[in-house]
Amino acid sequence: MNLSADQAILNLQDVSLAFGGLQAVSGVSFRVPPGAVKAVIGPNGAGKTTLFNLVTGFLAPESGRIVFQGQDIQGRPPHAVAGLGIARTFQLVQLFEHLTVLENVMVGRHRLSRAGMLSGALRLPWTRREEQSIRQQAWEALEFVGLQDRARQPAAILPLGLKRLLEIARALAAAPALLLLDEPASGLDAVETDRLQEMILALKAQGLTIVLVEHDMSLTMEVADEIAVLNYGQLIAEGPPRSVQQNPEVIAAYLGTDWQA
Amino acid sequence: MKLSSLLNRWVLFAAAVLILAALVDNEYYYTLFNFIGIHALLVVGLNLLLGYAGQISLGHAAFFGLGAYTSGILTATWGANPWLALLAGLAVSGVAAWLIGIPALKLRGYYLAMATLGFGIIVYIVFNEAQALTGGPSGLHGIPPLSLPGLSLNTPRRLYLLIWVTLGLILALSANLVDSRFGRAIRALHDTETAAQSLGVDTARVKLQVFVWSALYASLAGSYYAHTLNFIAPASFNFMFSIKLVTMVVLGGMASIWGSLLGAAVLTVLPELLTVFHDYEVIVFGAILMVVMIFLPRGLVRGLLDLWEFRRVKKEGGIIA
Repeated sequence: MNLSADQAILNLQDVSLAFGGLQAVSGVSFRVPPGAVKAVIGPNGAGKTTLFNLVTGFLAPESGRIVFQGQDIQGRPPHAVAGLGIARTFQLVQLFEHLTVLENVMVGRHRLSRAGMLSGALRLPWTRREEQSIRQQAWEALEFVGLQDRARQPAAILPLGLKRLLEIARALAAAPALLLLDEPASGLDAVETDRLQEMILALKAQGLTIVLVEHDMSLTMEVADEIAVLNYGQLIAEGPPRSVQQNPEVIAAYLGTDWQA
Repeated sequence: MKLSSLLNRWVLFAAAVLILAALVDNEYYYTLFNFIGIHALLVVGLNLLLGYAGQISLGHAAFFGLGAYTSGILTATWGANPWLALLAGLAVSGVAAWLIGIPALKLRGYYLAMATLGFGIIVYIVFNEAQALTGGPSGLHGIPPLSLPGLSLNTPRRLYLLIWVTLGLILALSANLVDSRFGRAIRALHDTETAAQSLGVDTARVKLQVFVWSALYASLAGSYYAHTLNFIAPASFNFMFSIKLVTMVVLGGMASIWGSLLGAAVLTVLPELLTVFHDYEVIVFGAILMVVMIFLPRGLVRGLLDLWEFRRVKKEGGIIA
């Protein structure tokens, strides 16, 4: 392995997974340097979400390695992967609908706190202090996305745009080293998308590493340092936004080869 | 929730328990209160599992029975100290729950319901068939009363205070639990296990823990039950009783600590009032379950609060969000 591979925070090496006869991800290798925003794009069904599920442990690859901060993580269960500092959002928002907005974010602190069943039931003094710090950190994450006024409401009643922001706040509360955003702009209007863009840029400025799956091309072009393009489970192009945009294979994948002819 | 209103509930609870102890002078009522208390212990535990974590147990009567029989056999047959027997009951029930829970809770869906259903039936058969140990269908006699240093708890009135102080503590523990890191984790996985796992919650482990925890409540209730009646028979721990417990949870309100107490109280008192329906108890419980699910799906406490809120808002001419 060369030096730049060692520096990558996330490193996929020849990762493959098939569902029955369908090769969902096929020999994909890519690196995410620390502090970078990397976008993964591609037509629907190209394997983008499958890739996220592989990285976060919801799926195990049939072959290949997934290395996060120097550790092999392929095949580890999701909660263990999350424990290492990988947080994610979901293409179809997955909130804890019966919990309040603030409680949703507080669950984000789970991996960084340790009160168990018995200590929680007895409300031991140290768990009170821990609870206070959970609350404060959660509150800060809520403020970052601008949802502090909704803190006491049940998450279920938020409109979709705010639900997406809440999911981001919840993931940020876990203080991740790597944040995976799965189509965060889908279902957002133009104003909300602008706000999301500012947020991603602010996180990038703080040095957070982000991998983004997104269909909104103008957002992707604005925030991404690098773009990886998937088609039929294969990585067909990778590089800075402008070069990827002009790559003939990418254009073909999106518009069909007839367009070129 | 403001601290003052939270404190008030506990003050009210303690005051109500003491006032009843001062006013009521009828052994029958104390017996009734004691059964309400014992049932409430069971229902709070089942509510943590069912209402909060969203995991169904159809065999909670078995853990109730394991507590009762462990206490009964150890004290009546072998003359053990009742408190040590109670601890032994907790150990037996806890280990049993752990062993059933490990395979059943790794999977999503109805595996726990099926596993506990089967377990409940097996345990019931064992209570009936292991005659040398349990006395079989005719029951186990001569279980001594509990006692505190210098005081035998041999009357319903004396037991009343023990049972209701215990219940107060269990309610407080449960309320704490629900509003803690662990409580948020079980409520979270009830909504979506995927998201909970993505935030580092080991859902299989957490579900197993709350299952064992709720079995321990049931076992404690069972030990109290054995020493309250001084006699136990398998019929008290059959499948129907497990269903009755689920009905109490649903009636009082899923994911409601205080609703558990109300559900237990209503469904303990109701059969006493409706003795005419004795032969049709099953039908009455079925009907209650249906009516509540249709008209008050969030249970009595929340349902009535919702109705109250609805009326209030309507009166003020406001709009309900």
